Amino acid sequence: MVASVPTEITTDPAEPAPGVAAACAAHGLTRGYRNAGRLAVDGVSFSARHGEVFGVLGRNGAGKTTLLRMLVGLLRPAGGTVRIRGAEVTGQAARAAAHVAYLPQSESALTDMSVRTAVEATARLRGLSRAHARRQSGALLAELGLEDLADARMERLSGGQRRLAGVATALAGQRPLLVLDEPTTGLDLDSRRTVWRALDRRRADGTAIVLVTHNVLEAESVLDRVLVLHQGRTVACDTPARLKERFGGLVRLQLSWRHTPPLTPADLGGDVRDHENRWSVRLPVEDARRTLTEILSGPAYTALDDFSLTPPSLEDVLLSCDTGEEAR
Amino acid sequence: MTSTSRSFTPVTATIATVHTAQLGRARAGGGAVVIVATLQSLAILALLRGIGGTAGQEARAAVVSGATLTVVAFIAWNLLAQRLAALKAGGGLDYYGTLPVRPAAVVLGFCTCYATFAVPGVVLTAAAGIALFGLPVTHLWVLVPAALSSAVAFGGLGALSGLAPTRPETAALAGQLGLTAVMFVGLIPPGPLPDWLAAVRAAMPLAYDIDALASALTPHPDWTGITLRLTGSAAFGACCLAVAARSYRTALNH
Repeated sequence: MVASVPTEITTDPAEPAPGVAAACAAHGLTRGYRNAGRLAVDGVSFSARHGEVFGVLGRNGAGKTTLLRMLVGLLRPAGGTVRIRGAEVTGQAARAAAHVAYLPQSESALTDMSVRTAVEATARLRGLSRAHARRQSGALLAELGLEDLADARMERLSGGQRRLAGVATALAGQRPLLVLDEPTTGLDLDSRRTVWRALDRRRADGTAIVLVTHNVLEAESVLDRVLVLHQGRTVACDTPARLKERFGGLVRLQLSWRHTPPLTPADLGGDVRDHENRWSVRLPVEDARRTLTEILSGPAYTALDDFSLTPPSLEDVLLSCDTGEEAR
Repeated sequence: MTSTSRSFTPVTATIATVHTAQLGRARAGGGAVVIVATLQSLAILALLRGIGGTAGQEARAAVVSGATLTVVAFIAWNLLAQRLAALKAGGGLDYYGTLPVRPAAVVLGFCTCYATFAVPGVVLTAAAGIALFGLPVTHLWVLVPAALSSAVAFGGLGALSGLAPTRPETAALAGQLGLTAVMFVGLIPPGPLPDWLAAVRAAMPLAYDIDALASALTPHPDWTGITLRLTGSAAFGACCLAVAARSYRTALNH
């Protein structure tokens, strides 16, 4: 009953499919931490196409933000190149800015402004006329449900409201490439849906979106392709569906025990996660069925409180990628 | 594929937008500071009037000029340095760094915003000083170019002090030291100084505007000296802004 977990799931992501224009393409990006022994980003390549939502996933410290900052030109990589709409803009933020809107993790530059001023000023600084910026600001505030907060100063808003206003500034100026660092962090359910709907409309218009998110469940239904980083390196890059396929029929078996069961996690095989009498393990379908049958028909049944079998998710892919180094 | 062209938002639009966007912070963080800066200069004027009211007209004009432009230094140098250092430390420069704007225009937008905010304090201090020391107002219009060029110079130094250091504490220290230097140069009349020290003081760009305004507050201004000093100060300010813009670019790529 031992499950084997595939961890090498890389495809060649450096170039877009033939005939498909790349909104941005990163090749071999490398950058070290200051005063640190290891690389923050180590030879990462990918491309995002127009009309595509491209996700960058990974644990904290995996190198996601460093990668995005290199992509928009804020950080000059130690190695590698960035091309946006065909032109090389490596380490040249001002040059990339003609086509890119970047949402950093915090809105510290905007906290002194009202929401309306922040959106309008951003549109103006992206080259829109005053009248156009005002019109677009009004439309964005309405689209994101921020009209009631339009005249509130950003620093007086809750974290979620401030994030939503930050997203509005990223959408100002209608750039063909949006690079968003955790756009939905801190948002409530309604606001998250509002943001995803807004991004979906941009995608339909041909905008390319590269984003970092920790909300894997949401990302699964939104992202067209996913790059998974682990300790600065690419461990997977593909569509969510294909990534899950690579897990070839692995399902997650979850068992909740009423009291200590007459078996140990090792009896199940695989890498069992044990948390307060709740066990979770990924197994091939047949192994999971056989294990469950044995439990339900044996003495362990009396200790069982609940169980579930779920198909593989993007979260499983991530978890597997996190342990990939050891597995290799 | 479309080629990426290097197109920037017009400089004037950038300056105006950054200026407007920063007004909220200047009002919130600077309101009390403007009052403190003005009261400080007024208190210095009152003190010096008490102990040096019979001094010569040149010395009295120098004190009024120094106290007036110290208000500009307080806001445009000290406060701006702290603001930019905080912005840099909080990652706020990323916002401006990913907009198609020229670094110098962003820095200038910050400078003009904070300098503009010093205007009421400058006017009040100048008016009070002239009344206290009985100076002529005929050539008071020189205050306008002197305040403008000192705003550029002190603003540029403020931006440099805020952006160049790696730690916000160093930026705050640089701002305070700058203010102290301006007070030293501005509030000690050059007359009683030894010749060599007076020459050093007069050569310092920080003194150009102060000496130009001081000369304008005397009955017989030295117009050639005033023109040269104001021009020199403006040139010095432009250099400071250029170096500050370079620091801004460096800070983006930290």
